[in-house]
Amino acid sequence: MEQVQVLSLFFQLQQQSQEIAAGYSERFFEMVSQVSATNFLVLSSILFVIGVIGVLTRRNIIIIFMSIELILNAVNLNLIAFSRYWQQQGAPNPYTGQLFTIFVIVVAAAEAVVGLSILLALYRNRETLAVDEIDIMKW
Amino acid sequence: MEKVFFIIIASLSVAAALSVVAQRNTLYSAFSLIGLFGCLAVAYITLQAHLIAAIQVIVYAGAIMVLFVFVIMLLNIREEELRVDRNRLLIFSVPLGGLLFGLIYFGLKNFKIDEIKGAPVGTSEAIGQGLFSKYLLPFEVTSILILLAIVGSVVLARREKDGDIEDIEDDEQVVKVSMAEKSKVEETKE
Repeated sequence: MEQVQVLSLFFQLQQQSQEIAAGYSERFFEMVSQVSATNFLVLSSILFVIGVIGVLTRRNIIIIFMSIELILNAVNLNLIAFSRYWQQQGAPNPYTGQLFTIFVIVVAAAEAVVGLSILLALYRNRETLAVDEIDIMKW
Repeated sequence: MEKVFFIIIASLSVAAALSVVAQRNTLYSAFSLIGLFGCLAVAYITLQAHLIAAIQVIVYAGAIMVLFVFVIMLLNIREEELRVDRNRLLIFSVPLGGLLFGLIYFGLKNFKIDEIKGAPVGTSEAIGQGLFSKYLLPFEVTSILILLAIVGSVVLARREKDGDIEDIEDDEQVVKVSMAEKSKVEETKE
Protein backbone atom coordinates (compact mmCIF):
# COMPACT_ATOMS: atom_id res chain seq x y z
CA MET A 1 0.00 0.00 0.00
CA GLU A 2 2.75 2.40 0.91
CA GLN A 3 4.67 1.44 -2.18
CA VAL A 4 1.70 2.33 -4.36
CA GLN A 5 1.40 5.69 -2.68
CA VAL A 6 5.08 6.41 -3.18
CA LEU A 7 4.86 5.39 -6.82
CA SER A 8 1.83 7.58 -7.46
CA LEU A 9 3.56 10.49 -5.76
CA PHE A 10 6.61 9.88 -7.91
CA PHE A 11 4.57 9.88 -11.11
CA GLN A 12 2.79 13.04 -10.01
CA LEU A 13 6.08 14.79 -9.37
CA GLN A 14 7.44 13.66 -12.72
CA GLN A 15 4.38 14.97 -14.52
CA GLN A 16 4.61 18.30 -12.74
CA SER A 17 8.28 18.68 -13.52
CA GLN A 18 7.62 17.87 -17.17
CA GLU A 19 4.91 20.52 -17.26
CA ILE A 20 7.24 23.06 -15.66
CA ALA A 21 9.99 22.16 -18.13
CA ALA A 22 7.55 22.55 -21.03
CA GLY A 23 6.55 25.97 -19.75
CA TYR A 24 10.18 27.01 -19.40
CA SER A 25 11.07 25.81 -22.88
CA GLU A 26 8.10 27.69 -24.29
CA ARG A 27 9.20 30.85 -22.52
CA PHE A 28 12.78 30.22 -23.62
CA PHE A 29 11.68 29.84 -27.24
CA GLU A 30 9.68 33.04 -26.93
CA MET A 31 12.73 34.78 -25.50
CA VAL A 32 15.04 33.52 -28.22
CA SER A 33 12.80 34.04 -31.22
CA GLN A 34 11.93 37.74 -31.04
CA VAL A 35 13.52 41.01 -30.05
CA SER A 36 11.38 43.11 -27.75
CA ALA A 37 12.03 46.52 -26.30
CA THR A 38 12.54 44.82 -22.94
CA ASN A 39 15.78 43.30 -24.27
CA PHE A 40 17.08 46.77 -25.02
CA LEU A 41 16.05 47.93 -21.55
CA VAL A 42 17.98 45.05 -19.97
CA LEU A 43 21.02 45.84 -22.12
CA SER A 44 20.85 49.49 -21.12
CA SER A 45 20.57 48.59 -17.42
CA ILE A 46 23.66 46.36 -17.74
CA LEU A 47 25.61 49.20 -19.37
CA PHE A 48 24.39 51.61 -16.68
CA VAL A 49 25.55 49.32 -13.88
CA ILE A 50 28.96 48.83 -15.53
CA GLY A 51 29.29 52.61 -15.73
CA VAL A 52 28.38 53.03 -12.07
CA ILE A 53 30.95 50.39 -11.09
CA GLY A 54 33.53 52.23 -13.16
CA VAL A 55 32.78 55.52 -11.41
CA LEU A 56 33.01 53.83 -8.01
CA THR A 57 36.17 51.77 -8.50
CA ARG A 58 38.55 53.63 -10.74
CA ARG A 59 40.90 56.34 -9.51
CA ASN A 60 41.90 57.67 -12.92
CA ILE A 61 39.73 60.71 -13.52
CA ILE A 62 39.67 60.29 -17.32
CA ILE A 63 38.24 56.79 -16.96
CA ILE A 64 35.64 58.17 -14.54
CA PHE A 65 34.65 60.68 -17.23
CA MET A 66 34.36 57.89 -19.77
CA SER A 67 32.20 55.88 -17.37
CA ILE A 68 29.89 58.88 -17.10
CA GLU A 69 29.64 58.93 -20.89
CA LEU A 70 28.79 55.23 -20.72
CA ILE A 71 25.98 55.93 -18.24
CA LEU A 72 24.61 58.67 -20.49
CA ASN A 73 24.65 56.26 -23.44
CA ALA A 74 22.74 53.68 -21.43
CA VAL A 75 20.09 56.33 -20.76
CA ASN A 76 20.00 57.20 -24.46
CA LEU A 77 19.40 53.57 -25.36
CA ASN A 78 16.56 53.46 -22.84
CA LEU A 79 14.99 56.60 -24.29
CA ILE A 80 15.17 55.28 -27.85
CA ALA A 81 13.71 51.90 -26.89
CA PHE A 82 10.75 53.64 -25.25
CA SER A 83 10.42 55.95 -28.24
CA ARG A 84 10.16 52.85 -30.42
CA TYR A 85 7.52 51.47 -28.08
CA TRP A 86 5.44 54.63 -28.34
CA GLN A 87 5.85 54.68 -32.13
CA GLN A 88 4.38 51.23 -32.20
CA GLN A 89 1.54 52.18 -29.87
CA GLY A 90 0.63 55.09 -32.16
CA ALA A 91 1.24 57.88 -29.68
CA PRO A 92 0.67 61.50 -30.86
CA ASN A 93 4.34 62.49 -30.38
CA PRO A 94 6.34 59.31 -31.13
CA TYR A 95 9.70 61.05 -31.57
CA THR A 96 9.93 62.72 -28.17
CA GLY A 97 12.42 60.15 -26.88
CA GLN A 98 14.71 60.66 -29.85
CA LEU A 99 14.50 64.44 -29.49
CA PHE A 100 15.43 64.11 -25.86
CA THR A 101 18.37 61.92 -26.88
CA ILE A 102 19.68 64.78 -29.01
CA PHE A 103 19.54 67.07 -25.99
CA VAL A 104 21.32 64.45 -23.88
CA ILE A 105 24.10 64.21 -26.48
CA VAL A 106 24.49 68.01 -26.53
CA VAL A 107 24.69 68.21 -22.74
CA ALA A 108 27.18 65.31 -22.70
CA ALA A 109 29.36 67.16 -25.21
CA ALA A 110 29.28 70.33 -23.10
CA GLU A 111 30.05 68.33 -19.96
CA ALA A 112 32.99 66.56 -21.63
CA VAL A 113 34.44 69.86 -22.86
CA VAL A 114 34.22 71.63 -19.50
CA GLY A 115 35.34 68.56 -17.55
CA LEU A 116 38.37 67.94 -19.73
CA SER A 117 39.44 71.58 -19.52
CA ILE A 118 39.14 71.44 -15.72
CA LEU A 119 41.24 68.27 -15.89
CA LEU A 120 43.91 70.05 -17.96
CA ALA A 121 44.11 72.91 -15.45
CA LEU A 122 44.23 70.40 -12.60
CA TYR A 123 46.99 68.33 -14.15
CA ARG A 124 49.00 71.49 -14.78
CA ASN A 125 48.80 72.43 -11.11
CA ARG A 126 48.85 69.09 -9.29
CA GLU A 127 50.60 66.69 -11.71
CA THR A 128 48.19 63.86 -10.87
CA LEU A 129 45.08 62.20 -12.26
CA ALA A 130 44.13 60.11 -9.21
CA VAL A 131 40.92 61.36 -7.66
CA ASP A 132 41.92 60.52 -4.09
CA GLU A 133 44.98 62.74 -4.34
CA ILE A 134 42.90 65.68 -5.52
CA ASP A 135 41.65 66.98 -2.18
CA ILE A 136 41.85 70.74 -2.51
CA MET A 137 38.20 71.20 -1.57
CA LYS A 138 38.27 68.61 1.22
CA TRP A 139 37.21 70.06 4.53
CA MET B 1 17.55 36.17 -37.00
CA GLU B 2 16.95 39.59 -35.49
CA LYS B 3 17.43 38.05 -32.10
CA VAL B 4 20.81 36.61 -33.10
CA PHE B 5 21.83 40.01 -34.40
CA PHE B 6 20.70 41.64 -31.17
CA ILE B 7 22.61 39.11 -29.06
CA ILE B 8 25.81 39.74 -31.03
CA ILE B 9 25.44 43.51 -30.68
CA ALA B 10 24.55 43.28 -26.99
CA SER B 11 27.44 40.99 -26.10
CA LEU B 12 29.88 43.14 -28.06
CA SER B 13 28.71 46.30 -26.33
CA VAL B 14 28.83 44.72 -22.86
CA ALA B 15 32.35 43.46 -23.58
CA ALA B 16 33.38 46.92 -24.76
CA ALA B 17 31.86 48.51 -21.64
CA LEU B 18 33.73 46.08 -19.38
CA SER B 19 36.90 46.86 -21.28
CA VAL B 20 36.32 50.61 -20.74
CA VAL B 21 36.10 50.09 -16.99
CA ALA B 22 38.77 47.40 -16.56
CA GLN B 23 41.47 48.54 -18.96
CA ARG B 24 44.63 49.82 -17.31
CA ASN B 25 45.81 52.02 -20.14
CA THR B 26 43.56 55.04 -20.56
CA LEU B 27 43.99 55.14 -24.31
CA TYR B 28 42.83 51.53 -24.73
CA SER B 29 39.71 52.22 -22.71
CA ALA B 30 39.01 55.27 -24.88
CA PHE B 31 39.23 53.09 -27.98
CA SER B 32 36.91 50.48 -26.49
CA LEU B 33 34.48 53.31 -25.69
CA ILE B 34 34.55 54.20 -29.40
CA GLY B 35 33.71 50.55 -30.17
CA LEU B 36 30.85 50.71 -27.70
CA PHE B 37 29.48 53.82 -29.42
CA GLY B 38 29.62 52.00 -32.75
CA CYS B 39 27.70 49.04 -31.31
CA LEU B 40 25.09 51.38 -29.84
CA ALA B 41 24.72 53.12 -33.19
CA VAL B 42 23.90 49.74 -34.75
CA ALA B 43 21.38 49.13 -31.95
CA TYR B 44 19.76 52.50 -32.71
CA ILE B 45 19.46 51.50 -36.37
CA THR B 46 17.66 48.31 -35.34
CA LEU B 47 15.35 50.54 -33.28
CA GLN B 48 14.66 52.61 -36.45
CA ALA B 49 16.31 55.74 -35.07
CA HIS B 50 18.46 56.48 -38.10
CA LEU B 51 19.23 60.13 -37.41
CA ILE B 52 20.27 59.38 -33.84
CA ALA B 53 22.58 56.60 -35.08
CA ALA B 54 24.27 59.05 -37.46
CA ILE B 55 24.57 61.65 -34.70
CA GLN B 56 25.99 58.99 -32.39
CA VAL B 57 28.75 58.17 -34.86
CA ILE B 58 29.49 61.75 -35.89
CA VAL B 59 29.22 63.58 -32.58
CA TYR B 60 30.08 60.94 -30.00
CA ALA B 61 32.59 58.69 -31.76
CA GLY B 62 33.82 61.50 -33.98
CA ALA B 63 33.97 64.64 -31.87
CA ILE B 64 33.76 63.84 -28.17
CA MET B 65 36.08 60.84 -28.31
CA VAL B 66 38.59 62.78 -30.39
CA LEU B 67 38.58 65.33 -27.58
CA PHE B 68 39.16 62.57 -25.02
CA VAL B 69 42.00 60.99 -27.01
CA PHE B 70 43.50 64.43 -27.60
CA VAL B 71 43.52 65.20 -23.88
CA ILE B 72 44.96 61.76 -23.01
CA MET B 73 47.78 62.23 -25.49
CA LEU B 74 48.33 65.83 -24.40
CA LEU B 75 48.75 64.87 -20.75
CA ASN B 76 51.18 62.09 -21.71
CA ILE B 77 50.64 60.10 -18.52
CA ARG B 78 53.65 58.20 -17.26
CA GLU B 79 53.70 54.44 -16.88
CA GLU B 80 54.19 54.54 -13.11
CA GLU B 81 51.08 56.59 -12.65
CA LEU B 82 49.07 54.06 -14.60
CA ARG B 83 50.43 51.20 -12.53
CA VAL B 84 49.39 52.84 -9.26
CA ASP B 85 45.72 52.46 -10.21
CA ARG B 86 44.72 49.63 -7.85
CA ASN B 87 41.09 48.74 -7.34
CA ARG B 88 40.72 48.54 -3.60
CA LEU B 89 37.01 49.27 -3.73
CA LEU B 90 36.26 46.45 -6.18
CA ILE B 91 35.11 44.15 -3.36
CA PHE B 92 32.37 46.56 -2.38
CA SER B 93 31.38 48.11 -5.65
CA VAL B 94 30.83 44.96 -7.73
CA PRO B 95 28.25 43.44 -5.30
CA LEU B 96 26.63 46.86 -4.98
CA GLY B 97 26.49 47.12 -8.76
CA GLY B 98 24.98 43.65 -8.92
CA LEU B 99 22.41 44.74 -6.37
CA LEU B 100 21.59 47.80 -8.45
CA PHE B 101 21.17 45.66 -11.55
CA GLY B 102 18.97 43.29 -9.55
CA LEU B 103 16.77 46.19 -8.48
CA ILE B 104 16.43 47.49 -12.03
CA TYR B 105 15.79 44.02 -13.37
CA PHE B 106 13.17 43.40 -10.69
CA GLY B 107 11.35 46.45 -12.04
CA LEU B 108 11.79 45.33 -15.65
CA LYS B 109 10.82 41.71 -15.13
CA ASN B 110 7.06 42.17 -15.17
CA PHE B 111 7.25 44.86 -17.82
CA LYS B 112 6.42 43.10 -21.05
CA ILE B 113 6.65 45.00 -24.29
CA ASP B 114 5.54 43.44 -27.55
CA GLU B 115 7.72 42.64 -30.50
CA ILE B 116 9.03 45.63 -32.38
CA LYS B 117 8.07 45.83 -36.01
CA GLY B 118 6.19 47.89 -38.54
CA ALA B 119 6.29 51.39 -37.11
CA PRO B 120 7.36 54.82 -38.43
CA VAL B 121 11.04 55.60 -38.78
CA GLY B 122 12.97 58.34 -36.99
CA THR B 123 14.25 60.14 -40.06
CA SER B 124 15.75 63.61 -40.00
CA GLU B 125 12.48 65.01 -41.33
CA ALA B 126 10.43 63.61 -38.45
CA ILE B 127 12.99 64.66 -35.84
CA GLY B 128 13.44 68.10 -37.37
CA GLN B 129 9.73 68.83 -37.37
CA GLY B 130 9.59 68.15 -33.66
CA LEU B 131 12.82 70.02 -32.99
CA PHE B 132 11.78 73.21 -34.80
CA SER B 133 8.17 73.41 -33.72
CA LYS B 134 7.34 72.06 -30.29
CA TYR B 135 10.84 71.96 -28.84
CA LEU B 136 12.17 75.15 -30.40
CA LEU B 137 12.90 76.92 -27.10
CA PRO B 138 14.96 74.06 -25.58
CA PHE B 139 16.82 73.81 -28.89
CA GLU B 140 17.78 77.49 -28.75
CA VAL B 141 18.70 77.26 -25.06
CA THR B 142 20.98 74.36 -26.02
CA SER B 143 22.94 76.68 -28.31
CA ILE B 144 23.47 79.06 -25.38
CA LEU B 145 24.67 76.08 -23.31
CA ILE B 146 27.22 75.18 -25.98
CA LEU B 147 28.42 78.79 -26.16
CA LEU B 148 28.87 78.80 -22.38
CA ALA B 149 30.78 75.52 -22.57
CA ILE B 150 33.13 76.94 -25.22
CA VAL B 151 33.83 80.11 -23.21
CA GLY B 152 34.20 78.15 -19.98
CA SER B 153 36.65 75.65 -21.47
CA VAL B 154 38.76 78.43 -22.98
CA VAL B 155 38.89 80.25 -19.64
CA LEU B 156 39.68 77.08 -17.68
CA ALA B 157 42.30 75.60 -19.98
CA ARG B 158 44.13 78.88 -20.62
CA ARG B 159 47.59 79.08 -19.12
CA GLU B 160 47.72 81.95 -16.64
CA LYS B 161 50.24 84.29 -18.18
CA ASP B 162 50.94 86.76 -15.34
CA GLY B 163 51.95 84.35 -12.60
CA ASP B 164 54.11 81.94 -14.57
CA ILE B 165 56.06 84.48 -16.60
CA GLU B 166 56.67 86.80 -13.63
CA ASP B 167 57.99 83.88 -11.63
CA ILE B 168 60.35 82.90 -14.42
CA GLU B 169 61.53 86.48 -14.85
CA ASP B 170 62.08 86.83 -11.11
CA ASP B 171 64.17 83.66 -11.11
CA GLU B 172 66.24 84.92 -14.01
CA GLN B 173 66.81 88.25 -12.29
CA VAL B 174 67.88 86.49 -9.10
CA VAL B 175 70.32 84.37 -11.07
CA LYS B 176 71.71 87.43 -12.84
CA VAL B 177 72.08 89.30 -9.55
CA SER B 178 73.81 86.37 -7.92
CA MET B 179 76.15 86.01 -10.90
CA ALA B 180 76.99 89.71 -10.71
CA GLU B 181 77.69 89.45 -7.02
CA LYS B 182 79.91 86.44 -7.55
CA SER B 183 81.90 88.23 -10.22
CA LYS B 184 82.22 91.28 -7.92
CA VAL B 185 83.45 89.07 -5.09
CA GLU B 186 85.97 87.44 -7.39
CA GLU B 187 87.15 90.85 -8.59
CA THR B 188 87.68 92.07 -5.03
CA LYS B 189 89.60 88.90 -4.21
CA GLU B 190 91.90 89.45 -7.11
